[in-house]
This record gives sequence, C-alpha cells and structure tokens, in this order.
Amino acid sequence: MSNDNGVLVKVNNVEKVFRRGSEEIHVLTGLSLEVPSGDFLALMGPSGSGKSTLLNLIGGLDRPTAGSVSIGGERIDQMGDRALAAWRARHVGLVFQFYNLLPVLTAERNVELPLLLTHLSKADRRKHVEAALNVVGLSHRTKHYPRTLSGGEQQRVGIARAIVTDPTILLCDEPTGDLDRKSGDEILSLLQALNREHGKTIVMVTHDPHASGRAKRTVYLDKGRLSSMKPE
Amino acid sequence: MKFFHLTWSNLKRKKLRTVLTLLSILVAFVLYGFLCAIKQALTGGVSMAGADRLVVRHKVSIIQLLPQSYEARMERIPGVSAAVHQTWFGGIFQDPKNFFPNMAVEPEKFMAMFQDFVLQPAEKEAWLKTRTGAVVGRGTAKRFGWKIGDRIPITSPIWGQPPNQPNWEFDIVGIFDGATKGTDTSQLFFRYDYFDEARRGGKGQVGWYTLRIQDPNRAAEVAKRIDEEFANSPFETKTEPEGAFAQAFAAQIGNIGAILIAVVSAVFFTILLVAGNTMAQAVRERTEELAVLKAMGFTNSLVLVLVLAESCLIAGTGGGLGLGLAWLATSAGNPLPGLLPVFYIPPFDLAIGLALVAALGIIAGIFPALQAMRLQIAVALRRGA
Ligand SMILES: Nc1ncnc2c1ncn2[C@@H]1O[C@H](COP(=O)(O)OP(=O)(O)OP(=O)(O)O)[C@@H](O)[C@H]1O
Ligand SMILES: [Mg+2]
Repeated sequence: MSNDNGVLVKVNNVEKVFRRGSEEIHVLTGLSLEVPSGDFLALMGPSGSGKSTLLNLIGGLDRPTAGSVSIGGERIDQMGDRALAAWRARHVGLVFQFYNLLPVLTAERNVELPLLLTHLSKADRRKHVEAALNVVGLSHRTKHYPRTLSGGEQQRVGIARAIVTDPTILLCDEPTGDLDRKSGDEILSLLQALNREHGKTIVMVTHDPHASGRAKRTVYLDKGRLSSMKPE
Repeated sequence: MKFFHLTWSNLKRKKLRTVLTLLSILVAFVLYGFLCAIKQALTGGVSMAGADRLVVRHKVSIIQLLPQSYEARMERIPGVSAAVHQTWFGGIFQDPKNFFPNMAVEPEKFMAMFQDFVLQPAEKEAWLKTRTGAVVGRGTAKRFGWKIGDRIPITSPIWGQPPNQPNWEFDIVGIFDGATKGTDTSQLFFRYDYFDEARRGGKGQVGWYTLRIQDPNRAAEVAKRIDEEFANSPFETKTEPEGAFAQAFAAQIGNIGAILIAVVSAVFFTILLVAGNTMAQAVRERTEELAVLKAMGFTNSLVLVLVLAESCLIAGTGGGLGLGLAWLATSAGNPLPGLLPVFYIPPFDLAIGLALVAALGIIAGIFPALQAMRLQIAVALRRGA
C-alpha cells in the first residue's frame, strides 16, 4: 500500500479555503507534505493554524479547495462520497481528543462498529474485537459502558476502535489533549508500540512538546505552510 | 440485521422518553381502532344495503302504516320480483334501557329476501311450525343469555298486550348468525300471523316493505312506478333504494357519531405530532455521534437508513401494539349493544391503520434522517469540540 519509494501520504500544493458568510478564510496555502509508510509524524502549530483541517484532508473527511491528496497512490480528493466512505472504512483509523465513543454501547460494541461495514461473520468480528482490546490492554473492561471508564481507558477503547480493521494509517487529533500526564503517557506508549511493533503509520496532531517527542519526527504548521523548524 | 443492536441501543438511551413516546403512539392507535369501529357501527347498515333492493314506506313518515294488501299489488308491478313486509314492534325486555330492534315478519319470504341472516335448516323449520316462535341474532341472544327453547316475555308500548295475557311471549326457536362480520345480529324477528291476530289495533297493516327488483339499473324507474300505483290512495308511498333508507335511519345517531369522530381524530393527530417531534428531537441531539459513524466509513445512505429504522421501530412497536389492543378490545364484544348494531374494526381500516403507522415512522424520521445524511463530517465534529 505504498509507492514512490515507500511514500504513503502525498499532499501536493493543497489549498483549503473556508467561507464564513462573505469572508474567505485561507487556512492552507499551497501546502505539501509526504509521509513515508511506517512513519510516526507529529503535527504541531498554534491553535487555528489548520492542523485538524490538514488531518481531515489526509483522512478523506474533507476535500481540498485545490491541490491533490494521494494515499498509497490513490487520489482520494477525486473520489465521490460513496467511494470515499468505503475508502475510509478500509484504510483510516481515527482517534479523537474527546474519544467520541457512543455512550449507548459497551466498549466491545464500540470497537465492533467499524467491523459492521465489513463482511466478517459475527464470530470473526468478536475475534478481531478481542484482539484489538487486548492490544490496548483492556481485555477486562469489554462490557463496560464509556461513562464507567476513566479518560485514559476511554481513549484506549478509541484506539482499539481505530485499529480493529487494521487500517493503513492512523490519524490522531490531540489524542492526549484531554488526559492527565500519566494517562497521556500510557496512550503515547501505546501509539509508539503500534508504530514500532505493528508497523502502523501514524499522523498525530498535538500541542504538547512532550507528546511530539515520542514521535519519529515533527512538522510545524503556521500561516498555511509547513516547516520542520519550530517557528519563533 | 447486524445494525439492529445499534438501533436498539439508541432507543435505550433515554428510556423514559422512548417509553412515553411509545405509549402515546400506542394510545393514538387504540383511539384510531375504536374510531373505526364506531364509524363502522354508524354506517355499516348503509354499506350492507343491497343494490337490488328498494324500501317502500308511507309517504308521510316511517311510523305510518301501510296495508298488507299492497304486497300482492306490488309483486304484480313489472320489474318487481318479491315484496316482503316488516312491522316495527318496539318491544321491551324487562327494562327500556335494554333496547334491541324487534320486528314482525313473514318467516319464509323474509328469510328468502335477507340472506345475510344465517339460520340452521332445523331452526328455520321450527320457526315455520311454531306460531309464537321467534328468531334472534347471536349478538342479542348472548347479551340476554337467551337459548333455544326459552320463552321470552316482552311488553310493547306501541301495541299493548294481547287479549287475556299480561304481556307478549315468544318462543326462541332459532339464533341466527351474520353472513359477514358486518351483519347486524342485534335484531329479533317473530311471526306476523301471530302478531296480526293478537294485536288490538292496526290489524292488516304493516310497517314497510322491502322489494327485490330484477334490474338494479332500473331502480329509479321501478320506484316511480310503485309510488304512482298508490298515488291518490289513503296510503301514499315513498320508495327509495335500501341504502338511502338505512342512511336516514343512521342519521338519528349519526350526529353524535360525527362529533365523536371529529374529537377523536383531533386527539389522534395531536398525539402523532407530539410523538413525531420527540422522535425527530432524539436524532437531532446526536449529530456528533452520527458524524463519527460517517468518519468511520458509514455511507450517507446507511446513516439515513439507520435513523429511519429507529423512528420506524418506535412507530411500528407503538402503533402495532395499539392496533392490536384495539382489535382485541373490539373483538371482545360490543360495549353499547343497544346503540351500536355492530362493533368491529373492518380489515380495510386495519390496513389503513398499518399504513398510518408506516407513514408516522417515515415522516417522523425522514427530516432528521436527511439532515443526518447531509451532515458534513468535518463541520459536525468541530461543533462537538
Ligand atoms: N468548517 C469550517 N468552516 C469555517 N471555518 C473553519 C471550518 N473548519 C475550520 N475553520 C477555520 O479554519 C481555521 C483552522 O481550523 P483548524 O480546526 O484546522 O485549526 P487547528 O489548528 O486544528 O486548531 P486547534 O489547535 O484549536 O484545534 C480556524 O480559523 C477555523 O476557524
Ligand atoms: Mg484542531
């Protein structure tokens, strides 16, 4: 699932303009980015700089105003809604700052959700769910509802849900932003393990230098462009 | 089917709200069921009316009598194949509140004319043999616990008592059923020959005639010919199709029925509006969750179906139970046998009810479902943060 000498994500000269009434907000202006397969990239930048916007473009949750986004050689910016949804289901795992678990479902049912879009049998789905919850160290909490879990545990359920379909790329938007230091560290260790031991490509947005330190490399987003140096 | 658990869990989110919504839909459809049964009771006679039957009554009013000798004259008129008379007896069993229609008729011709009343051959024979014999519909027989062989005392304020007897007495020789569910089985019929001999006044006179005609398309023509035949006699007639006759009869209680139907319909639709709004509200609260599902790869159409399934599940459960309860309750029996000749929900109305249930599910769900379908993931997720 990679080409161009292992380049998985190729964002090329992308513009993103939001319209708020008559006002145009140019968030990304000619931004380019390449992420090799197996990378663990931290994306930093001031609030409102467009980090989430960029992550959404890579994950196929939104389309660029101009430019192209290729993942594994596929031009996802040119896909129709239906094809893009199917592509997301197959290739993207998402981890959110506020976990975004469904409160009405138990941990295992939350993790099972993405598998409902596959052709797996019930028994196979169960096996995958067990394996994913095992990886995040929550085998003992499968029947718990989100409200009975701590923040760190909820985020681990969120990660289990993101990896259960064995996606090509894991996109995390401030995964430790709502957690205390200790729980945050555990989540970061988990992401690191997923990257190192399972070879998952990860792009992680964060405000926390401590978190970005766990990544293989860090890029900074400011005024619509990327740099590998922290802007002053 | 693998998505059922998700839909079900969403309904459990606010159990009280779901239960209340379900109950209000249930109540609405119980009301609907009763409404249909009452409407059927009030108009059933009209739809039962045969197209090939005419009713001949006194020109002035239904309570004025006509000579029995008209029977033979009517049967001679071209286009008429049979004439059968009935006389309103107005008999009371024990208490005037126990109202049920009772008429003096000529058994053989009557049974031939009104084949909606089904009598066993042995019972028919017994009636022909017993001068004081009477046949009664299943509904009234059940109501008063009458069985074949019972002797029933009846008083009649219209006709007084027979000579040398404190009241009229009839021997129940048969209990008839309706040929269809809509057939009125509240009536009692007894023999005209016994009646005519024992009554004090009005001898030789009858209440009204029912005619069978050869060609329903020429009903108007035949009716005109009959009224002309008896014009300028002391007993002028008015001839109408049976449906019109039944309608005039039902109009007496019809106005109460119309008010009842209007009130219950208003309640029904109000409940549906409230329930629909609640269901729509329940979806609107979850915009962000729906966005997460879409982010995961749930397609727009799948999200649409899931939201619709939820509202259809509530509507289906509440509406299905409501219609079921109404059906059970109306099958259990007629609550006002004196007032309503029949009491049941016609299958057609039941089908309309099911269509209303489906419509409720779809209408309540479609707007939030479309909203969910059009939801832009990136925008909806921002709203949550
Ligand atoms: N759907 C939208 N409509 C209008 N403006 C938007 C939309 N999405 C983002 N923006 C604007 O684009 C800019 C970048 O937003 P984005 O969420 O990508 O920033 P961010 O770097 O993730 O910020 P934070 O660190 O606060 O999460 C902001 O000014 C935001 O207001
Ligand atoms: Mg952000």
